[in-house]
Amino acid sequence: MAERSTPAASKLTVVTLVVSLAAAASTLLPARAEEPRPEGPHAKVRVGLVFDVGGRGDKSFNDAAYEGLSRAARELGVTTEVLEPSGAEDREAAMRLFAARGFDLVIGVGFIFSTDVNVVARDFPSTRFACIDYAPPMEGVMPPNVAGLRFREEEGSFLVGAVAGLMSKTGHVGFVGGMDIPLIRKFEAGYRAGVQEVCPRCEVHAAFAGTTPDAFRDPVKGKALANSEIAAGADVVYHAAGTTGHGVFEAARDMGVKAIGVDADQHDEMPGTVLTSMIKRGDVAVFDTIRDVAEGRFQAGLRTFGLAEGAVGYVDEGPHAAGIPEDTKRKVEALEQRVIRGEIKIPER
Amino acid sequence: MSSIFSLTMLAESIRIAVPYACAAIGGVWAERAGVIQIGLEGILLTGAFTAVAVTHATHSPTLGLVAAIGAGITLSLGHGQLTERARVHAVISGIALNLLALAATRMGLRALYDSASNSPGIEAFRFGPTGATGGAMLLRVLADPVFFCALAAVAATPFVLRNTRFGLRVRAAGENPVAAASVGISVTRVRLAALAVSGAICALGGAHLAYDQQRFESGMSAGRGFIALAAVVVSGWRAGRAALACLVFGVLEALQIVLQDEVRKTAIGDLIQTLPYVATLLVLALAPRRAGAPEGLGKHAAP
Repeated sequence: MAERSTPAASKLTVVTLVVSLAAAASTLLPARAEEPRPEGPHAKVRVGLVFDVGGRGDKSFNDAAYEGLSRAARELGVTTEVLEPSGAEDREAAMRLFAARGFDLVIGVGFIFSTDVNVVARDFPSTRFACIDYAPPMEGVMPPNVAGLRFREEEGSFLVGAVAGLMSKTGHVGFVGGMDIPLIRKFEAGYRAGVQEVCPRCEVHAAFAGTTPDAFRDPVKGKALANSEIAAGADVVYHAAGTTGHGVFEAARDMGVKAIGVDADQHDEMPGTVLTSMIKRGDVAVFDTIRDVAEGRFQAGLRTFGLAEGAVGYVDEGPHAAGIPEDTKRKVEALEQRVIRGEIKIPER
Repeated sequence: MSSIFSLTMLAESIRIAVPYACAAIGGVWAERAGVIQIGLEGILLTGAFTAVAVTHATHSPTLGLVAAIGAGITLSLGHGQLTERARVHAVISGIALNLLALAATRMGLRALYDSASNSPGIEAFRFGPTGATGGAMLLRVLADPVFFCALAAVAATPFVLRNTRFGLRVRAAGENPVAAASVGISVTRVRLAALAVSGAICALGGAHLAYDQQRFESGMSAGRGFIALAAVVVSGWRAGRAALACLVFGVLEALQIVLQDEVRKTAIGDLIQTLPYVATLLVLALAPRRAGAPEGLGKHAAP
C-alpha cells in the first residue's frame, strides 16, 4: 500500500475526521430546555436528568422517569434539562456536566449510574443526586448527598406472573430479561413465583439478552429469544429488557401470542398483543424527589417503593387491560392483598 | 434435540443471517474492485435509519427501502471519492464513515423524534401467516420483499463478477489496477461503480434489520458490519462462500438462543452466549491469512 499523501489529501483526511468527531461530540450537547422557562416559586430550582441505556423514547423505564420530570416542570415549575449519553464513557461526564453547571438535583436513571453517582457526588458535595435502581456500594458508605431509589420489582412481577399462569393455555410461559444482573433476576424470580402460585405445573422459559448494558437495547436479540420461547410452547411472554422488549412484542404479534410489558403501560406499543404491563412508578420516585428538593426537604439514603406504597403493580383496569378476564383480575387482586399483608413472601432471586 | 433440527431453527437462522450476508456481499463488491471497505457497519446503520425515517414520513416501506439503498450508494461513493480521487487511506476513510454514521443517525433521531436513542414504531412489510409453528415462521421470513432482494443480490453477485464484462473489469481493477489502466480501463470509474453496487446491497441489510424490528435503535447494527467483513476474509473474497459463512453464523446465533433456555442454570450457560464470537475467532485464526485477497487491494492505478 504505497502512500503518497498530498497536502490536499491529508487536509481532506483531517477535515473528514474533524467532521465525524464533531458530530460524535454533539450528541453530548445538552438538549434544549424541555419547557419554556417557567415562572413561580421553584423556577430557580434546576434539575438535570441523565437517561439509561434504552434512552428517551423507550416507552418504558426511561420514559417513565421522563414523565416524572415533565410533571415536576409543569406542576412545580422547576427548570429541567436532559442528556442522553451515547455510551458508558459519557454517563459520568453527563452527570458531572450538570453538577458543574450548578444544578440543584442530578438524577441518573438506572442501576448503571450507581458507581458514577458515588464518584461525582463526592466531587460535588453541595449538589443533590438521585439514582433510580441504585445499588449501594459493596464497601464503604453512600455519599451523604445521594438518594438511592429502589423498587420491589419482584412484587409487580409476581402479579403479572399470576396473570400469565392463569391465562396460559399451553402451560408454558416465557420471560425475556435484558442484562443478566441481580436487578433483572428479581423480575424473573417474582414472575416465576407468581406463575407457580397459580399454576404449579406451568413451565417458565427464561432467557437473557446478554451480560452487558447493551442487552437492554437489542430488539433483534429480544425477538430471537422470544421466538425461541414461543416455538417451545410459551403463549404469554413477559419482558424486563428495555427496548430489547420491542423485539419481544414483534415476536409475540407474529407468532399470535400475548406479551406483558414492563415499567410503564406499554399497551400502545402493540395493541392486541400487549396483554398488560407490570408497572414500576419511576415517575413517582422522580417527581417525589424533585418535590423534596424544591421544598427543601431532600432526604439522602435508600428509599424502597413497593406494592404497599402503590409504586409497583400492573395495568388491571381500563381498555388497556381488556384482554384479562374479570375472574383473573379478581384472583390476582386477592393475591395482591396477601402480598401487601405479608402473607406471601416473594423471593428476590 | 428436536428443537435444534427444526423449521424454527431454519427460519431463525435465515432471518438472523440476512443483514450479515448483505453486508458481506457489499464487502465483496468493494474489495474485489480493490477498495478496502471497513465502513460496512456505518452503511448498515445508515441504511436502517434511512429506511425507518422515510417509511415513518411516507408510510411506504417501499420508498423507505429505495431511500435506504440511495443512502448506501451515497455513502459508499463518498468513501470512493475519498480513497480513489483524494487518495485518503481507505482505513481512515472507513473509520470516519463508521463514526459519522453512528453520530449522524443519533443526531437525526433527535432532530426528527426528540430522542437520540429510539425511533417511533413504523409499519413495515408484513407478509406471511401469523402463528407459532416453524412453517409459519419460515414463510414469514421468505415472503419478505427485502429478503427477496437480498437473495437476488447473493445469487447474482458471483455470476456478474465471473461472467460479465463489468465483472471482469471490476476484478481487473482489484487484481492489478496498473495493468487494467494500461489496457484502457478507467480504474477509478470501475471502482466507483462497484462501490455503488456495494453500498446498495449493504444498505439492503440495514433495511432488513430495521424492518424486522419495525423501528430504529441507535447503534442497532451492533458490529454486524465487522463480522460480515470477517466472513469476506474467511471466504477468500468469494461471494457465495461469504454468504454461506454468514448463514453459519446465523445458525450459531440461533443455536445459542435455543440452548440458552436449556443450559442457563448450568455453569456453561454464559459460555454458550459467546458461541458465535468464539466460532468467528476460531475460523479467522485457522483460515490462511489473506488467501484469495485481491492483489491490488488498496493499490492505485497511478501513483
